[in-house]
Amino acid sequence: MKVQYEVVETDVQGHSSAKRFYQVDPEYNSEDYRSSRLRSPKQSLVVIPDRLVSRTGPVFGNNMVSRDERDLTLGHGGDPLGERINVSGRLLDSAGRPIANQLVEIWQANASGRYIHALDQHPAPLDPNFTGAGRTVTGLDGSYSFVTIKPGAYPWRNHQNAWRPAHIHFSVFGNRFVERLVTQMYFPGDPLMDKDPIFQSIRDERARLRLISKFDWDTTEPEWALGYRFDIVLGGHLGTPVEEE
Amino acid sequence: MRPTPSQTVGPFFRFGLEWLESGQPRIAENSGIITIHGRVLDGEGQAVPDALVELYQEGSPSDSGSSFYRRLVDEDGRFEVDTLMPISVDADQAPHLDVNVFARGLMQRLVTRVYFEGQDANRVDPILNLVHESRRQSLVAKRTDRGFEFDIRLQGDRETVFFAW
Repeated sequence: MKVQYEVVETDVQGHSSAKRFYQVDPEYNSEDYRSSRLRSPKQSLVVIPDRLVSRTGPVFGNNMVSRDERDLTLGHGGDPLGERINVSGRLLDSAGRPIANQLVEIWQANASGRYIHALDQHPAPLDPNFTGAGRTVTGLDGSYSFVTIKPGAYPWRNHQNAWRPAHIHFSVFGNRFVERLVTQMYFPGDPLMDKDPIFQSIRDERARLRLISKFDWDTTEPEWALGYRFDIVLGGHLGTPVEEE
Repeated sequence: MRPTPSQTVGPFFRFGLEWLESGQPRIAENSGIITIHGRVLDGEGQAVPDALVELYQEGSPSDSGSSFYRRLVDEDGRFEVDTLMPISVDADQAPHLDVNVFARGLMQRLVTRVYFEGQDANRVDPILNLVHESRRQSLVAKRTDRGFEFDIRLQGDRETVFFAW
């Protein structure tokens, strides 16, 4: 993790003023997330100075995935059940520059909130026409897009009446290994986010908002699919203060 | 711009991430291949059967590139990677690989490094020297008859050293 980000705040005239430090990532140990109890480190992390952090990262290239793999509604005998959606956005570094030719992987539950994973015991139906895994490589402008169906919410046993808000898991790589990120994309207006200890583990409200996609008319296709935008900003960009938007 | 925060990889990632679990040594030669093997263990010393381990090895400037290995551990928390002994990319640093660990229960990934028993450069490595001597051995893979053993202890008495930056 990057310990903290330095934010340059701007005043009403647009002049840079105070610098503030904040942390975007959740703490490892969360009282409210039961699984973290035996799996989160108790010792302090050892902080590596910027000059010693690895400068490079894995490069996958364009031919890593086929074009069809960005459409999760394909590859089965028929169309999956559920609300068809386009999910698109850009992969950027914290200075707002596009990260090109990098791998983006997603996985998710089906429309009824069931994962194809063998250990998912939620009594909701599997969909023979939906697996729920996709991947693509970003374009020169950092853009990516997927076609999928909107995942359902699902119960888990973390606490009494615990439900995960609908979400799509994202795994992305940056230009440097330190920028690696696995996260989850949520949908606007989902009432389950308020009580979800995973979403709420992020203390900074504006950082939490980064995880909520935006409904988007521009990528909504008539008679076909709703559009959601989800831009991903990778940290780990060393020595550069983060500009407040 | 504010970076996008991390969220847990969750329990059900196998069908989404397993496809990339490849990665034979890039260089087609049999000599010099080493096996790194180990287990991921929780705070009670029990196997973590649903962890994702990624290893990254920087290439030298003259080399064609770097190596990346993704492993989904088995039910005993075991993973194994065949690679070449890393070269020192940075003159100061001892041979090592960068390691990411993801699992249900981990809000964000853990970052560590694997170094190798028997390397003289370990004594002067600037990152090993950031770590208190009593914990340094958790970063050094032990020589075994199969290669090098590197257990990752997420918590507990012999907790692995994890890094931030």
